[in-house]
Amino acid sequence: MGKNVDKKNQYTNISGYKIENKFKDLNENIKIEMLRKMYQIRHFENEAEQFIIRGMIHGTCHLYTGEEATAVGAIYAIGGGDYITSTHRGHGHCIAKGADLNAMMAELLGKKTGYSKGKGGSMHIADVKSGNLGANGVVGGSIGIATGAALTCKMKKNGKIVVCFFGDGAANQGIFHSSINIASIWDLPVIYLCENNVYGMSTSIKDAFNIEKISDRKCAYGIEGLTIDGNDLIEVFNTVSYFAGRCRAGKGPVLVESLTYRWSGHSKSDAQVYRTREEIKEWKERDPIKRYREVLIDGKILTEKDDKDLEKEVISKIQEASEFAKESPFPDPSEVEDDVYA
Amino acid sequence: MLKNSARQLTYLEAIREAMQQKMRADNDVYLIGEDIAEYGGAFGVTVGMLEEFGRERIRNTPISEEAIIGVAAGSAITGMRPIAEIMFSDFITIAMDQIANQAAKISYMFGGKARVPMVIRTAGGGGTGAAAQHSQSLEAVVTHIPGLKVVMPSCPYDAKGLLISSINDNNPVIFIEHKLLYKNKKYIDDVPEEMYEIPLGKGDIKQEGRDITIVATSYMVQKSLEAAEKLSLEKGIKCEVIDIRTLRPLDIDIILNSIKKTGKLLCVEEAPIFGGFMGEVAAQVSEKGFDWLDAPIKRVAGRNCPVPYSRVLEQEMIPGVARIEKGILDLLG
Repeated sequence: MGKNVDKKNQYTNISGYKIENKFKDLNENIKIEMLRKMYQIRHFENEAEQFIIRGMIHGTCHLYTGEEATAVGAIYAIGGGDYITSTHRGHGHCIAKGADLNAMMAELLGKKTGYSKGKGGSMHIADVKSGNLGANGVVGGSIGIATGAALTCKMKKNGKIVVCFFGDGAANQGIFHSSINIASIWDLPVIYLCENNVYGMSTSIKDAFNIEKISDRKCAYGIEGLTIDGNDLIEVFNTVSYFAGRCRAGKGPVLVESLTYRWSGHSKSDAQVYRTREEIKEWKERDPIKRYREVLIDGKILTEKDDKDLEKEVISKIQEASEFAKESPFPDPSEVEDDVYA
Repeated sequence: MLKNSARQLTYLEAIREAMQQKMRADNDVYLIGEDIAEYGGAFGVTVGMLEEFGRERIRNTPISEEAIIGVAAGSAITGMRPIAEIMFSDFITIAMDQIANQAAKISYMFGGKARVPMVIRTAGGGGTGAAAQHSQSLEAVVTHIPGLKVVMPSCPYDAKGLLISSINDNNPVIFIEHKLLYKNKKYIDDVPEEMYEIPLGKGDIKQEGRDITIVATSYMVQKSLEAAEKLSLEKGIKCEVIDIRTLRPLDIDIILNSIKKTGKLLCVEEAPIFGGFMGEVAAQVSEKGFDWLDAPIKRVAGRNCPVPYSRVLEQEMIPGVARIEKGILDLLG
């Protein structure tokens, strides 16, 4: 969709919802900032992949490459004080929410300067002060936590909302059902954002669901829900903006299914025997960054040169983060039992 | 203790009073659980609380244990102090991902950047004829998990003070109550009206003695005291009965100091003996206090089977006064 709707005030999306085009009125700097975040995610993941290839990641790592529009579009549609919960594929959400790249990279390498002082690794990065309640190693594990954070928002009447990111795989966990049901009966301000990236590890959505759209499950909970093009930053931004307003008005949760695709394997040890090169190629043609960049260039918000400079600047920041991580010390073994209890 | 503030309360009333007083003092404290509103909880612990605090703070849920704990944890990270009620301790297994992988590990995984101040209150133990899925003592399961604190009060006075400390604690606390203590008039206590804390990680000598140390948990503390009294009257044996109160953190020193005096240790718990919590107590005592022991450590615990239904079988599975008595006499040779 992208540039086709860029100038309209309102449009009807693929699920038939009339969505207000809030993107149109955004300040140009913010529009560029969103591109910067997408580049940061892309190049952060490229660097993480290099670490994997060079054997520098002690555990594993799940890359977000190809899904950047969903994290950035959703997080820029909510306020800085709002909460998110993330997944095992969480680098993108973390970066979009404003995480410190140095501390993230250091955590991947298990360094003392990392977000979790080397205790968490890729799957356990949180930054509660910035509203990031954490990635999660358990598929679906954060859906209850997001619901609880939304309960805090409601009980404290602080006007905040929660965006709960999870994958298609998590939609088949029990906690998905029990949490959304509770959020619905209590009208909690939470946007359940299902990143349908086609595979739960190796299992295709075709083998894991007998429904056409995951968002059809909204009917089971009596809530609003829809499916969107998750590789279209503008659509993600507008949709989440719309439902964020609804949540803040006390109208309860929503289930948004964001259709996207992960370019890399599930984790560092994935031979990808379950999908074809053609399929990957097809999805790469729908590169969310390329699509968004074209919108900005066509809209004269950015020149080709500005775009190249922006990407270069991002690459150099990522290199700095990488150097910081490599040069940082490992934690002292004596710290092993620290932080078990608060 | 103020003279005019001491009243006799049951265990259930003491627990309720701790929650009421904390909720009056702190708006961040709220209850979440099944049938806790009009019904007052399966055992009546929260009776009357809906009327005082309203539906916003007495949050009655659908039957969704996993979500109850997940919601409690998420609200705790973001500034609330939830008290989640899991109707029977057997049902914590339904919520185990949220307890073991989420709540317990959040502080550590995030390098101390998040904390989870929540209490999971749950009713444990057998003796009620409720059979295998409503009678378990699963404390060893949760005690094994770093990041959790585990509390098992044996009497009304301790129940109130320990629950207040648990609510004030900044970590997830599993607070296991015993069904047979709730309304039992035999175990009422003088309970001060004002709020007071009993620190977590401190055991209590419920009865002093010189001949043998008994360490027990929850309802088994009461049964151990009964056995001790009987043997004192019949045979002049003086048992020192320690209520460990908090299983994690564990007050090992109170046990070590006692065996310095008695030289003998009997561990009593209701859970199946295999892999039970008292195995940890025995291991620590043998590591740290072997020189003071003049007999092998002995355990009296549940049999290695699920809790059976028939009264005859249930009484065989769960230790009672007679088995504790025999354990004491065996140890004293």
